[in-house]
Amino acid sequence: MIMHAMTLTLPDLVPALPEIFVLFMTCAILLLGVTARQTAWSYALTLLTLVGAAAITAFDSSGSPQYAFSGQFVDDPMADVLKLMTYLSGIAVVIYSRAYLIERKLFRSEFFVLLLFATLGMMVMISANHFLVLYIGLELLSLSLYALVALDRENKLATEAAMKYFVLGALASGLLLYGMSILYGLTGTLELNKLAAMVYMGVRSPTLLSFGLVFLVAGLGFKMGVAPFHMWVPDIYQGAPSPVTLFIGSAPKLAAFAFTMRILVDGLQPAVGDWQGMLAVMAVLSMAIGNLAAIMQTNIKRMLAYSTISHMGFLLLGILSGTFAGYSVSMFYAIVYVLMSLGTFGLVVYLSQNGLEAENLDDFKGLNSRHPWLAALMGMLMFSMAGIPPFVGFYAKLSVLQALVGSGWLWLALVAVLFSLIGAFYYLRVVKILYFDSPNAGVLPLSVHADSRALLSLNGLAVLLLGIAPQGLISLCVYAMQMSMQ
Amino acid sequence: MEGIGLLSLAIWVPIFVGILILITGGDENSEGQRTLGLLGAVIGFAITIPLWTGFNTGTAAMQFEELARWVPLFKINYHLGVDGISMPFILLNSFTTILVVLAGWEVIKERVGQYMAAFLIQSGLINGVFASLDGLQFYVFFEAMLIPLYLIIGMWGGPNRVYAAIKFFLYTLLGSLLMLVSLLYLFFQSGGSFEILVWHKVPLAMSAQILLFIAFFFAFAVKVPMWPVHTWLPDAHVEAPTGGSVVLAAITLKVGAYGFLRFALPIAPDASHHLAGLMIALSLIAVVYIGLVALVQADMKKLIAYSSIAHMGFVTLGIFIFSRLGMEGGLVQMISHGFVAAAMFLCVGVMYDRVHSRQIADYGGVANTMPKFAAFFMLFAMANAGLPGTSGFVGEFLVILGTVKANFWWAFLAASTLIFGAAYTLWMYKRVVFGAVGNERVEAMQDINGREFIVLTLLAVGVLGIGLYPLPLTQVMHASVDNLLVQMSHSKLAP
Repeated sequence: MIMHAMTLTLPDLVPALPEIFVLFMTCAILLLGVTARQTAWSYALTLLTLVGAAAITAFDSSGSPQYAFSGQFVDDPMADVLKLMTYLSGIAVVIYSRAYLIERKLFRSEFFVLLLFATLGMMVMISANHFLVLYIGLELLSLSLYALVALDRENKLATEAAMKYFVLGALASGLLLYGMSILYGLTGTLELNKLAAMVYMGVRSPTLLSFGLVFLVAGLGFKMGVAPFHMWVPDIYQGAPSPVTLFIGSAPKLAAFAFTMRILVDGLQPAVGDWQGMLAVMAVLSMAIGNLAAIMQTNIKRMLAYSTISHMGFLLLGILSGTFAGYSVSMFYAIVYVLMSLGTFGLVVYLSQNGLEAENLDDFKGLNSRHPWLAALMGMLMFSMAGIPPFVGFYAKLSVLQALVGSGWLWLALVAVLFSLIGAFYYLRVVKILYFDSPNAGVLPLSVHADSRALLSLNGLAVLLLGIAPQGLISLCVYAMQMSMQ
Repeated sequence: MEGIGLLSLAIWVPIFVGILILITGGDENSEGQRTLGLLGAVIGFAITIPLWTGFNTGTAAMQFEELARWVPLFKINYHLGVDGISMPFILLNSFTTILVVLAGWEVIKERVGQYMAAFLIQSGLINGVFASLDGLQFYVFFEAMLIPLYLIIGMWGGPNRVYAAIKFFLYTLLGSLLMLVSLLYLFFQSGGSFEILVWHKVPLAMSAQILLFIAFFFAFAVKVPMWPVHTWLPDAHVEAPTGGSVVLAAITLKVGAYGFLRFALPIAPDASHHLAGLMIALSLIAVVYIGLVALVQADMKKLIAYSSIAHMGFVTLGIFIFSRLGMEGGLVQMISHGFVAAAMFLCVGVMYDRVHSRQIADYGGVANTMPKFAAFFMLFAMANAGLPGTSGFVGEFLVILGTVKANFWWAFLAASTLIFGAAYTLWMYKRVVFGAVGNERVEAMQDINGREFIVLTLLAVGVLGIGLYPLPLTQVMHASVDNLLVQMSHSKLAP
């Protein structure tokens, strides 16, 4: 590629059109929020922005990586798929949260603006081909999320969660920056493609490379929320308002996946032997801690937080296999996980009505006799998370296991399977609560919110239908990965 | 693939009817849901009849095959087919579905639609298990069938149902997950295929075979269940509603033994021979020890549950002596046990519906108030004890005959079941049915109604039919069993 020294031409901007569009629209909503009385406008415009961004991304996509900003920014099929999924989760979050926010007088423009800024941050992370760009995207996402967690400022728990999130997040950012600067010192480049080439040719000090890598992986671990860097996850999931938890539990996982792929695979694939072992340790620890700790939880948000940790550990398994197949199935896993997480937290948000926060597992008691359809949706999502066929969660697990066995990590596959069994217990317990227990006395009937109910139904059914016919989504992931890694 | 095959219909029709029932809403429509459930079950059974009538007994090849690509990227196929080993189970399963629908007819008053739907969906999934020729497709059905059963036990079961349901699910899931890893291993060993029939031909080293066998053992022995991994069964059986116990005993236990025949034996023949001694020992322990355990049970359902384990011990014994007599005996025993255990659980269900107790001590003199019922119960008790002329005799006799050829003392131990079986069954029968009327609750018992009469008659016909004229059943199996034995006699160790 020929570098035009710092001259930006219009074609150079085309790959970044979705980002530019979202930025423009977000600023517009920000201004509108200051002047307009009706938050409904912000709500509608947010949806419009996400749909528009999806249209631009789909229209803008091409079969091969397109670079912009002198190679600092890349738009490849992997980024397109992940971004589309990010918009989709954004749309779902906005629709699921509306009634909740209105009921609690949190239906304010800030929520939407912050959500869009976070989305923009994720888009930048997904498309970054440069350490600094990655970092900017990450900080945009993180700062928006800190503010979102503290959205309800009367809520002490949420404020505390935001504080924790901020302190630990800043620490993680520090680790990342330190790792990046070591690699910069070693190779003299921040651009990921060049870094890969330099590492491939051999660096002066392999020890220093590993040293920098440790910091990078630790930072990644923090951001993904895998053990032993997982401590913030349960507190933030529990403390944040449910719609914010819904958001944190969905799209940022895609961004974290992209982030890991960009750094470890795009940038440091030649050092695969170095990071494989680290990821293996983190994956096993996450599955162990996540699954074991989830068993003891009585708060469903906290339980799902631990479940997230174990799922992120499982996702790492695909990446650490170090093969093309492994990367594609990890992407599949990330998308499937986001789909399931959206549905589950969406239901938590939906059931939080009449002043009740449906946070405790007991609040779900006997849901089947009150609202059979919602219980069925929740049940399907739980079985899917547990990896029971015919739900799509099974194929996510299966494909990762297949990649592991195929690349010779048989023992790791067995460990993963063992922890899946332990994990099945607490998902089954939720099903038990939904179906076998009687409802608490005096629960008020839920009012129907047609929009989120319909979307929740679609969400739940998607988990079943994608499980019966998984081919489309898997081949999309494989195709995207193939086209991005040539 | 042209049109929709019989096997696909056998799988999907019950599932769709089940979903249809769920759509009809809550208990306000329970009458219609019951009728729809029965209709679905009867249609489901009717679909499977041509499998029997159109079956070619002269070949061991798969019949009624259907093949389509399902997830081409992972090379997973939608591949259905039956041979003489699997076909009878599909019929048995579809037949049992009618029974369980009828069994819940009056007793289930809450969430009727969900009850009917769970059983129908379960029935379709189990047909899928028996008809799958693709390993992963098998696994999908094998796991998916846990979901309805889990809900059935947990929603309509007895006081300790939650514990039983979760124990049942996790116990069986452990085995299945190990099997999943071995399926993936086989996928790579066979050069990228999930076809079971391809796996039958893949050469494997002894160490690999033994590991595979152990994984399959965990998956299937838990289901059978073999001693010592049987402990989930008494809990699940006792806590499940009558229909659930019937399905568990009549069908899901068979899935385990079927798995041995379809996976463990032909895929790892050398390991199977190597470990046969262990398997026979476990089977004999099940027959003798569990038989003794059954003797001391105070709870009727528990007693039948333990007797099921003992009977299934016979089945695994028959399988692992690797002779035609033994294997066919095991298969006949499975079908027969499907009828007999179903009948026994239904009989206990009939009494439980009236007295709401499963304790033997709460009964006595039932013959005085329920003479018709006592006659049926007698027949089934005799079949459970293996009386000649009933289906229980045929299987046990064939297995013992086959075992005598292999080793006299094994056969001697196995034959002790004829004594223990008679002892625990008839002793229970005596305490429950004969004697003076035990208490006023027994006094108030009404004899069986028309619905119960039909259910028990259907089963009685089956029990006596197989007992008196088992030839049509064994004929169906000959070719496939011979083929399996030939496969077993060839070593698969890599040259």
